[in-house]
Amino acid sequence: MSRGIKDKVAIVASSCTPFGEHWDRGTDDLLQQAAREALDQTTATPEAFWLGTAQSGMSGITLARPLGLEDKPVTRVENYCASGSEALRNAAYAVASGAYDVAMAIGVEKVKDSGYQGLNAFPIPGDGTGRTLTAAAMFSLVIPAYANRYGVSSDDMREALAHIASKNHANGAKNPRAQFRREMSTDQIKASPKVAGSLGVLDCAGVADGAAAAIVVRAEDATKYTDKPLYIKALSFVAGSGSGLTDPSYDYTHFPEVESSAKDAYAQAGVTDPRTAFAMAEVHDCFTPTELVLMEDLGFSERGTAYKEVLAGAFDLQGDLPINPDGGLKSFGHPVGATGLRMLFECWLQLRGEAPAERQITTNSPGRTLAMTQNLGGYPGEMVSFISIVGTQLA
Amino acid sequence: MRGILAAAGYIPYRRLQRSAIRDVMGSGGGKGTRSVASFDEDTTTMAVEAARNLGPLNARPGSLWFSTAEPAYLDKTNANAIHTALRLDEDVAAMDVGGAIRSGVGALKAALEGNGTILVVSSDMRTGLPTSADESQGGDGAAAALIGDGDVIAEYLGGASATREFLERWRTPGSTRSRTWEDRFGESMYAPLAEQAWNAALKAADVTEVDVLCVAGMHARSVGRVAKRLGTASTIDLSQTVGDTGTAQAMLQLASALETAEPNQIVALVSLADGADVLVFRTKTKATPKRCVEAQVSEAADIPYSRFLSWRGMVTPEPPNRPEPARVSAPAAERGSDWKFGFVDDDRPLADTQGTIVTFTVDRLAYSPSPPIVFAIVDFDGGGRFPMELTDVDPDSLKVGDRVEMTFRKLSTADGIHNYFWKAMPVR
Repeated sequence: MSRGIKDKVAIVASSCTPFGEHWDRGTDDLLQQAAREALDQTTATPEAFWLGTAQSGMSGITLARPLGLEDKPVTRVENYCASGSEALRNAAYAVASGAYDVAMAIGVEKVKDSGYQGLNAFPIPGDGTGRTLTAAAMFSLVIPAYANRYGVSSDDMREALAHIASKNHANGAKNPRAQFRREMSTDQIKASPKVAGSLGVLDCAGVADGAAAAIVVRAEDATKYTDKPLYIKALSFVAGSGSGLTDPSYDYTHFPEVESSAKDAYAQAGVTDPRTAFAMAEVHDCFTPTELVLMEDLGFSERGTAYKEVLAGAFDLQGDLPINPDGGLKSFGHPVGATGLRMLFECWLQLRGEAPAERQITTNSPGRTLAMTQNLGGYPGEMVSFISIVGTQLA
Repeated sequence: MRGILAAAGYIPYRRLQRSAIRDVMGSGGGKGTRSVASFDEDTTTMAVEAARNLGPLNARPGSLWFSTAEPAYLDKTNANAIHTALRLDEDVAAMDVGGAIRSGVGALKAALEGNGTILVVSSDMRTGLPTSADESQGGDGAAAALIGDGDVIAEYLGGASATREFLERWRTPGSTRSRTWEDRFGESMYAPLAEQAWNAALKAADVTEVDVLCVAGMHARSVGRVAKRLGTASTIDLSQTVGDTGTAQAMLQLASALETAEPNQIVALVSLADGADVLVFRTKTKATPKRCVEAQVSEAADIPYSRFLSWRGMVTPEPPNRPEPARVSAPAAERGSDWKFGFVDDDRPLADTQGTIVTFTVDRLAYSPSPPIVFAIVDFDGGGRFPMELTDVDPDSLKVGDRVEMTFRKLSTADGIHNYFWKAMPVR
């Protein structure tokens, strides 16, 4: 468990480019846009930079070159699909340590230059015995495992997963930055061609290009730069040991790394009842069963009950706990290194009341000033999990 | 007493109905089936499976000799991968015996007439152009025999050969097809050579009667004629089920004969390949391989002709739009060779351990030489779990709780490097 940096660091700017297949724009263009839009929001001038990208560039020069940064510390970080969150975490710690007063976290991924479907990991030389499955196939293992363990009929399971995708499509349709802006009925989602196991194409996140950024400062300086800062309440990160793949007790109905990072984050922030603590949460819905299981791993639902709450609309935009009001990975799209900071951007808009009216949540009240981002990388059994909690009020 | 200490065959799970060739092409084909190596098998992997079918070896081999007409590598010795997959000691020599059909029976004969304990393995994959006789009459398979002194299951009584230079069947390196001269020319060569070797072998073995006869050879007309002429009580014929497995055929027939022949019978093996070789044995006890040839002949599943053609590289379906696997790192593979080739985890031979499917999925997006990939989480008997690709499986009939056993396969090939590792398949 960590001590955390509750209320020591504030976010004073947050930006996000549109996500999508940006055939006409490269990594440099996306970084420049995200950085510019963040810098335009505040007079704070970053002294140090952390860039999260899984495989769109190596070293800090990937950012320093397009921004024309001279004599600045620029660090590239990578932690699977949580690379953008890793940038935020490092920038926040740099400010909390006192080393810098202002730092930028930025994430980018230029996925669509590869020419392949889905996401593809950079090959590391090895003995050739490693698993070569797609992420879709690994997460598809969750569906029968969950249904078997909790006695959920395959029809109910299918309906709950389709509801998640449909909800995220409905939210994304109200988001001008989202990759997919079309509402999708659960019937359409259920009828989509199968990719792996019973996972259809429409159960999978959009694969997109994009960038997102945030500027962090010392909490005591925050109001110098913005009248509505967000304060960092918790940053937790867990890298699993990969033992789930070879652990006979692991049953693919939960993600221990997420449970562990949630516990740490709640302790840092002082959250005791997660279901009522948050005005909203952004979670890593790379595939529909992922979002389902996350509702339980994050303590929003009791074990084995999330599918019922999903079907009851508890996590819809107008539900009691809106999940992925921006459309999530599913419909906003998933530029790997940008996703964690994209999640933060939605918290920024929603908690400040700046989301477009048609998707502005109504759960933020004096009692609910917190929002969460949950960002993971890897697969069931072999996962990294990041959680941030941000809030509008200093304790 | 020198002879065969153990013998076993390996026949891949898949079959091509010969009639399917005519259905598609309008000609070719014929009656019966031929065996088909899966897309993830090659002569090296089939050789491993044949040797594994021997069961635990009752004598330690000093050498491993591998013969094939379809080597996975040239220059590099293919027997090394077999050696390591079988977890043989480092002081066991491993050698390839080169390219001709005759090399299979040749290695067997050299071992029988040599010294020490020798593991002889032969494997072959036969392909021809669509509608050709080689395509329909050929087969894929492997066989293994442990040769040595002492407690043999069949004593080697003697043998003889006859050799003459003539052009009957040939293939230039790299070609996917073999060429043959007019059928009757080969027949005019093999008939007298067979008779010459046969008479000399019976004399050398000091026998006059033979109880079980195996006649192997790619020249079907001569094989039929010689078998008829030498006519004995019992012959081993795999031509209607497996097809002719080239270099492996002689030893595969012998393995089958030794599984069925009664003790104290005379078994003669006649091989017609660029000459004639005759080996004569007296059985002591029946061979008891892990899986007998007969069971492997009967437990099989058909594949469509289209899939056969794609597995043989005769047609190339559009692959998933995903990157192909990177090549294997030579140092990484060497450091992990106990794991990669031997499938040993913490001194535990998972290769010999069965398991149960905990859950599985079908990946329609991942790259595979023959999509889709069927993938399962496998819990091993006695503890331990490993996520594994399944093979020789019908995903529609697969269930959680199904039992699986391990098989040595080729996952992919990149930069000319074959990536060998283990997969799981249903226990049959």
